[in-house]
Amino acid sequence: MTENLVHKHAEHEEQSNDRLMFGFWVYLMTDLLMFGVLFAVYAVLHNNNVGGPSDKELFKLPLALTGTLLLLTSSFTCGLGMIGARKGSVKQVLSWFSVTFLLGLAFLGLELFEFTQLIHEGHTMSANAFLSSFFVLVGTHGLHIISGLLWLLVILIYVVKRGLTPSMVRKLGYLSLFWHFLDVVWIFIFTVVYLKAFV
Amino acid sequence: MKEFLIGKLSFDALPHDTYMLGASESFILFGIIIFGYVTYKKRWKWLWNEWLTSVDPKKIGIMYFIVGGLMLIRGGVDAIMLWLQQALSSGASHGYLSADHYQQIFTAHGNIMVFFVAMALIFGLINYFVPLQIGARDLASPFLNTLGFWLFIAGVVMVNMFFFLGGEYAATGWLAVAPLSGKEFSPGVGVDYWMWSLQISGIGTTLGAINFIMTILKMRAKGMSLWKMPPFAWGSLLSMIMAVTVFPLLTMTLFLVFFDRYFGTHFFTTTEGGNAMMYTNLIWMWGHPEVYILILPAFGVFSEIVSTFSGRPIASYKSNVVGMIGVATLALSVWLHHFFTMGANANVNAFFGIMTVLIAIPTSVLVFNWIATLRRGRIRLKTPMLWFLGFASIFAVGGITGVMLAVPPVDFQLHNSLFLVAHFHSTVIGGVLFGIFAGLSYWFPKIAGFRLNEKIGRYAVWCWIVGFFLAFTPLYILGLMGATRRLDHYEASTGWQPFFIVSLIGSLVIAAGVALQIIQIIASFIEKKKLMDTTGDPWDGRSLEWSVASPAPAYNFAIIPEVHSREAFWEMKKLAPKAPHYEDIHMPKNTATGIYISLFAFLMGFGFVWEINWLAVVSILAMIVCFVRKGFNEDSEYTIKAEDVEKAERAHADKMKALVHTKQLRNDGEDDMGLIEFIKLVATWAFSLLRRKK
Repeated sequence: MTENLVHKHAEHEEQSNDRLMFGFWVYLMTDLLMFGVLFAVYAVLHNNNVGGPSDKELFKLPLALTGTLLLLTSSFTCGLGMIGARKGSVKQVLSWFSVTFLLGLAFLGLELFEFTQLIHEGHTMSANAFLSSFFVLVGTHGLHIISGLLWLLVILIYVVKRGLTPSMVRKLGYLSLFWHFLDVVWIFIFTVVYLKAFV
Repeated sequence: MKEFLIGKLSFDALPHDTYMLGASESFILFGIIIFGYVTYKKRWKWLWNEWLTSVDPKKIGIMYFIVGGLMLIRGGVDAIMLWLQQALSSGASHGYLSADHYQQIFTAHGNIMVFFVAMALIFGLINYFVPLQIGARDLASPFLNTLGFWLFIAGVVMVNMFFFLGGEYAATGWLAVAPLSGKEFSPGVGVDYWMWSLQISGIGTTLGAINFIMTILKMRAKGMSLWKMPPFAWGSLLSMIMAVTVFPLLTMTLFLVFFDRYFGTHFFTTTEGGNAMMYTNLIWMWGHPEVYILILPAFGVFSEIVSTFSGRPIASYKSNVVGMIGVATLALSVWLHHFFTMGANANVNAFFGIMTVLIAIPTSVLVFNWIATLRRGRIRLKTPMLWFLGFASIFAVGGITGVMLAVPPVDFQLHNSLFLVAHFHSTVIGGVLFGIFAGLSYWFPKIAGFRLNEKIGRYAVWCWIVGFFLAFTPLYILGLMGATRRLDHYEASTGWQPFFIVSLIGSLVIAAGVALQIIQIIASFIEKKKLMDTTGDPWDGRSLEWSVASPAPAYNFAIIPEVHSREAFWEMKKLAPKAPHYEDIHMPKNTATGIYISLFAFLMGFGFVWEINWLAVVSILAMIVCFVRKGFNEDSEYTIKAEDVEKAERAHADKMKALVHTKQLRNDGEDDMGLIEFIKLVATWAFSLLRRKK
């Protein structure tokens, strides 16, 4: 009888997880649409530099490429961390996700470096429409990275506190989806913003 | 230092002109009355535990109804003020409102009616009836649902906040077109209030929509395939899919407006390369689908009602659903018809014109569907059915004028005229609002446990229909005569004044309709016992919501039904009832986190409106803390034991049996209290109160 009840309960949990995972995908699609707006805005405005320097003159490809490689690697280590989580190894989770965190942080650092440099030279986001759309598109992605890092940090603290419970593995699952999603968006940013400037 | 602490706030922000004082005082008085009543009755704890922190979609639905109803009156007062101004302000007379004040009122009217009335009531209906129709006990994420509701409330408070602090709302029209909404042309806080109230409630809508998509796609009862889902659930699903498609666009567009106003960027400005028309494009990419988000559930409601009150299944169910899918799909690619005059080339205009005209096809499929359902049906003309007939006539006018406006050369003549205003009111009042009223009167027994008064309800419907035509037919004519929308004054030589006066009279008839609706609810409460719904199935219904007791128990279904056909309950009624086998039910626990997060969201918005940066930052951090705490709280469910479920079901059945024996209940409404009886009753009651005092 009790076994039956436990089984029922587990089934109930699983159904609920299945639903929420689906909902998380839907959420990611809404987020993607928001980025879609920013991409459209950038496409419309990126030539409106009103006599200021153009994208080609401002962007540094090596910097962006380094950032891209860092973020792609972080996605890879994030995947390794998830394999560890499914195996139930706290050690692997902590180490791989810490690497992910550091790589993400390095990416963010590079981006902030690029931003401060631009602002220092007087190319602020209120200078012209092109810079507005650049800063907001790339900055919104950066904002997502910040929230991803924060989220990762909190989960790792809880993993240490509570161990790898099924619900914690699930939460790591959401996070890794989110992280890969940011990676995909960045590939588009890298292409549309940086690569396009140099072709 | 002062600037750091309170930003732009100062004593000047307090209300000082007559209108602001009057409005803020009446709000405060209303608040004091409610506060006093709850304190007097010692109901604070009950209110908090049973209602405010509830995650039950039925209770959240009822709260949506209450707030939406209050906002309907608030927006209605705005409407009457506009009508009065237009009736008075001709030639030498300039009416009683200044141009600036008039602009703020029509902006607020639009925002409130779309966001805080129509959206609220539609979300209320979806919350209450979608889980019941698909055989679910609650939503996929009960927490997201309360969060969405409270974010909506934060938006409601934000949109009314200018009465107390700031004294001005946006004077830009309900979509705050750029560059007018930029800092350069609207330096005050009005546009900021507009922006944050839409932003916060809009994010709530997105979350709610994600939740309903999960619920409808993943939580239907066993055997209910998508092709067996009731039309209202279909309409809601499509509406929510549209909402997750376009609300992110609104969020991002408002985010860009915020950047323009707060950080001095140049997205929509006239200088430094900004592109104002891009704003118009983006906002209508959301704005046009938005009206279809509202109308699709209403279409679903009408399908339910027509089928129930004709006593037969909806004619050609599949074409009905395909029709709704067609509307939902086409509606995403017509936004440019709002600005044919932008100057895009003829081919662009032609494309969007054709797409718009095409929408008439799936919509007509639906209308013919309903008519075909009526044919050979045993029609019962109850109030919900009267709302449907009102809808059919008004919406037909709205649809035809819509097709006219979709033709670009015609639109060049009618753009921004009162003809357009009359057109969209025909669709939104005739379609959405009538759909909501029809749904509310149809499902009222399920919500309250007793049905609504039929007689007074009929008067209300007729007031609405007659009032509508009286109020809006003159606007069609005025539009053709050249009257533009948003006019606060016109020359006497135009000869428009008589039409505006007729229109004002019509609006007063509509107001009488609203008053009758309020009386109808009061009268129904007085006669509650006589109108009791003992069976849970007062209309001889066909879908699952009628299979449970009225009002529905917290867990909706003691036993989740198994569905074999499109009309699940109709089939069930024919079969002999099986002996029930009860099981434990898992239910979500109440939570106040949604309230806290929304409170901080409000404070964040408030901080940004008044440029109190520390408040905004602290609020964002507080929201993050709330999310983390909620996210890692594993204890969010409780269990109702099988024997308790059985006990509750038995007790309800016994109670209802006793009632049926003691009272002969009449369902045809001929016995209900009439208006004169109601007035007599109220008069005697008031009289007895006076006498007792003496």
